[in-house]
Amino acid sequence: MLDQTDSYVTADGRTIGGVMMEMKNITLRFGGVVAIKDISFDIREGEIRAIIGPNGAGKSSMLNVISGFYRPQEGEVWFRGKPRPQMKPYQVAQQGIARTFQNIALFEGMTVLDNVMTGRLNHMKTGMLGQALWWGKAEREESENREAVERIIDFLEIQSIRKTPVGRLPYGLKKRVELARALAAEPKLLLLDEPMAGMNVEEKEDMSRFILDVNDEFGTTIALIEHDMGVVMDLSDRVVVMDYGKKIGDGTPDEVRSNQQVIDAYLGVSHD
Amino acid sequence: MFYREAGDFKVSYKDDSQTFPIAFDRFRYYAVIAVAFLIIPFVINDYWANAVFVPFLIYAIAAIGLNILTGYCGQVSLGTGGFMACGAYACYKLMTAFPDVNIMIHVLISGGITAAVVTLFGLPSLRIKGFYLAVATLAAQFFLIWLFNKVSWFYNYSASGQINAPDRFVAGVQVTGPETEAWAKYLICLVFVVGCAWLARNLTRGSVGRKWMAIRDMDIAAEIIGVNPLTTKLSAFAISGFFVGISGALFFAVYLGSAEAGDSFGITKSFLVLFMIIIGGLGSIFGSFAGAAFMVLLPVLLKNVLVGGLGWDTALAAHLEFVIVGGLIVFFLIVEPHGLARLWLLTKEKLRLWPFPH
Repeated sequence: MLDQTDSYVTADGRTIGGVMMEMKNITLRFGGVVAIKDISFDIREGEIRAIIGPNGAGKSSMLNVISGFYRPQEGEVWFRGKPRPQMKPYQVAQQGIARTFQNIALFEGMTVLDNVMTGRLNHMKTGMLGQALWWGKAEREESENREAVERIIDFLEIQSIRKTPVGRLPYGLKKRVELARALAAEPKLLLLDEPMAGMNVEEKEDMSRFILDVNDEFGTTIALIEHDMGVVMDLSDRVVVMDYGKKIGDGTPDEVRSNQQVIDAYLGVSHD
Repeated sequence: MFYREAGDFKVSYKDDSQTFPIAFDRFRYYAVIAVAFLIIPFVINDYWANAVFVPFLIYAIAAIGLNILTGYCGQVSLGTGGFMACGAYACYKLMTAFPDVNIMIHVLISGGITAAVVTLFGLPSLRIKGFYLAVATLAAQFFLIWLFNKVSWFYNYSASGQINAPDRFVAGVQVTGPETEAWAKYLICLVFVVGCAWLARNLTRGSVGRKWMAIRDMDIAAEIIGVNPLTTKLSAFAISGFFVGISGALFFAVYLGSAEAGDSFGITKSFLVLFMIIIGGLGSIFGSFAGAAFMVLLPVLLKNVLVGGLGWDTALAAHLEFVIVGGLIVFFLIVEPHGLARLWLLTKEKLRLWPFPH
């Protein structure tokens, strides 16, 4: 069993660090419905952590707890060794946690470039007055951030559409632009809510490649929800399995695959 | 043909993100500025100033203000008339209380005061959205007009309840009061318009503008990337109020000369400015100008055509004018719901290749 601060090297040569974020006994209720029941798990620096489970298992709710949309009734979220006080979503973002949504949440009226530039907002410090006058600093900052954004646009291969309004793009590209916007923030932890939902095999392969590259090149820790078992098993270092708001499995893909409870949840089990 | 981009390569991000990336556009913009400053002041007369240019310029500022709030940040406001009144009365109180201070400074301070008032009325926007917010700002409209009529301190206890702009000078030239020359009125408005448009453009192309647009397009997604909805919405209200306040101050001091809150800044004014930005184009600085020009020029044009050209009865023409303006607005919204600014963009796209599209 690994300790809080232990690090290890994976089979493919990546270094996984100590615990970055830890969920401690999280319980989330909506009135009488218990969405998450007493769940604990951790996310380590540099790893790809998958959360899987059947529909309605509480996976998205878990992500919403991490990103501050939901306030759990019980339990604590620890971030970098400290309990995190109750935060608004924009404060969570300022801590270096970015995410994408299950249903794309892009700014439809803006171009791809502007959308990705919004990801840099927390890196832009010029005040209102400075920007109004477009003084040296504002202009310099804009160019610097544009450069960072262009690197990400290159990385995700969306150069050709950078001036296209997002509303005109097909679904697969929108997903990629949303990933670009999240990456532009240079997050420590990236939460992906079904990054491959509704994609064909080629698009899934592209997206998987991007996720692996992000993790490898930028060292970004990634927590993702996904339904495609093949993808999850190939990508992730460790997997949490949820069912009806409870954690039924946690471990490496191989451990999870051979877990009887997980098999039951996915394949069904006769109740007799 | 006109918009030749071949050979016009951008080698820095600064060049690429400038306001007019196409050279032809940039030169035309300089030409318009040059004509506005160097030629029009020498040829303008009272009729053109009072019927066309001064109202157009002042409404353009108001439209820019409302466009920042509604077009860029997505917060609908029906209180523009009341907010303009706020600028007008602030300017009047400042002009009478500090007669020695330059009127330009008074106008700017009026903008600042209006910004504070509008921010206050913007507080409900954190809880309510869309039509409900529109109704809340409608309340602001009625409250402000009532306040300026009811509390006689605002109009210095004058018997008529009106406010009258005293004579004020900028660099020895009279800019307010009945004896003001047409070119002086025009020029002071032009200076403010150019300043406001420049500030608005800078704000909307940088990170502040992106925050506003993010809130407009999807507020939940905006929050997740680190946009604080409270400060962002209130900043839009404040900046919008600043511009609307300036336009109100100029409208009273330079254009009208004397004003009464209910008559000059009633609910019709709110709708007029709202029409301007809808017809001109939401979320576009150029659209603010186009919409203001459309709503100011169209009645003048119709009047000249119907009364001057066709020799119709003035009263009949005045009534028909309403019908035609209304009809044209409906027509425009059906043909191009994104306003004149979009129409302009499409024309430019066409002109890039015209007359050899292949």
